[in-house]
Amino acid sequence: MGSEHTTKAFDSDLQELTRLVAEMGGLAERMITDSVDALVRRDVALGQRVVTADLEIDNLQRTIEERAVLTIARRQPMAIDLREIVGAMRVATDLERIGDLAKNMGKRVAALESDFHPLKLIRGLEHMTDLVQSQVKSVLDAYAAHDLPAAMGVWKGDEEVDAICTSLFRELLTYMMEDPRNISFCIHLMFCAKNIERIGDHATNIAETVFYMIEGQQMVDKRPKGDMTAFATTVPGN
Amino acid sequence: MNDLSVSVSASAHSTPLPEAPAKVTARNLNFYYGEHHALKNINISLGTNRVTAFIGPSGCGKSTLLRIFNRMYDLYPGQRATGQLMLDQTNILDPRLDLNLLRARVGMVFQKPTPFPMTIYENIAFGIRLYEKIPKSEMDGRVEKALRGGALWNEVKDKLNASGLSLSGGQQQRLCIARTVAVRPEVILFDEPCSALDPISTAKVEELIHELSEDYTIAIVTHNMQQAARVSDKTAFMYLGELIEFDDTSKIFTSPGDRRTQDYITGRFG
Repeated sequence: MGSEHTTKAFDSDLQELTRLVAEMGGLAERMITDSVDALVRRDVALGQRVVTADLEIDNLQRTIEERAVLTIARRQPMAIDLREIVGAMRVATDLERIGDLAKNMGKRVAALESDFHPLKLIRGLEHMTDLVQSQVKSVLDAYAAHDLPAAMGVWKGDEEVDAICTSLFRELLTYMMEDPRNISFCIHLMFCAKNIERIGDHATNIAETVFYMIEGQQMVDKRPKGDMTAFATTVPGN
Repeated sequence: MNDLSVSVSASAHSTPLPEAPAKVTARNLNFYYGEHHALKNINISLGTNRVTAFIGPSGCGKSTLLRIFNRMYDLYPGQRATGQLMLDQTNILDPRLDLNLLRARVGMVFQKPTPFPMTIYENIAFGIRLYEKIPKSEMDGRVEKALRGGALWNEVKDKLNASGLSLSGGQQQRLCIARTVAVRPEVILFDEPCSALDPISTAKVEELIHELSEDYTIAIVTHNMQQAARVSDKTAFMYLGELIEFDDTSKIFTSPGDRRTQDYITGRFG
């Protein structure tokens, strides 16, 4: 972006949009962490707080959309300014979906509270969450800094998330076969794993938006896919 | 992680209209106001039946370029152009060229409406009589056709004998466009045609430009970037006498290639 607009108020409009997206991103990151922490610690209250935080994210998304539409109407932005505003709206949509997915995990905490289950069942999910969490953080940093190489790193890194998700499915299937009392818990964890995997997909969407903002063109490459959960199975005795 | 090779979409702006054959072509065109070198090595082609917009800050040479297209500069001493400027096979810069014929082929509409102080009918007929001798009955038809071409017929058909100056600013401008169309030019140059008009008149003139592009090759100079974005197929950005960037309008306004173009259209200049 570099130099400033002759109309200073336009700069403040754009800065405010970027600030709101950053605020929303910080909130989304915290929701992901809290939802998985709540699962690990069976902390129903924390899970509930994640559910409540989703309202805040939804509000932020509405605010960003309203401001973006207003800025388009008032300033008739062109070129990079236009892409910046469209980018903010797209990122906000992805963050809102990330919030929904975290909320869904927060809700599951209550369902899991009563039973006792060995922590080893949840280790894989924690590991996957760490990875996705760092993807989300990196892509939001790339968005704020207009750092294309960093965004592309996230885009290409999603393959690993997909691969971990597939192996986690297999692992959970094994636990279920080992002891049918694990089934209910493991099914919940599978849903959570799928949610985390979807959050990773939203991180790659944001990376594509960063590409569009900087390059002015849409990416059409298919992402390298490692998600084989649709085919995941275990064969007894194998 | 440094491998950034990804495919991008054949996006909307890379395939808008098929390339049109060139109607006007400038090659290494230079222009001087006395000692002042106002246009530097301009190379550009205006596509047949396309609208080409010229944008750029004041003094960048866009109006100067427009005025070379019909040799308006000949009216002033001390001004000269070098290089090549072709209208189809005709060299516009040829000193032996009949300027009246050139200006019949390349019409011009100015910033301020300039109707002649005569009736609406005569405003149109006057120009036609300069080039053709036709009977009254045929003239009536030509005047009506021109006024329809200027999207003005329905508003003036009952008062053709009223003075052209009695019309509103927007109507006067459309009268001037009709007057230009009446002599059946091939190219129409618009120099800030809407800067003195209200938004509704502006919209009518823009709609008219769009319709006229079916039959004419159009060049428009405008300070209003949104207008350039709305009406043109191609946009040329000029700065300090140079042609900085010339590309599809959809590309210029969403993803320009040159930093100076971007700074100008996003309002970051100077």
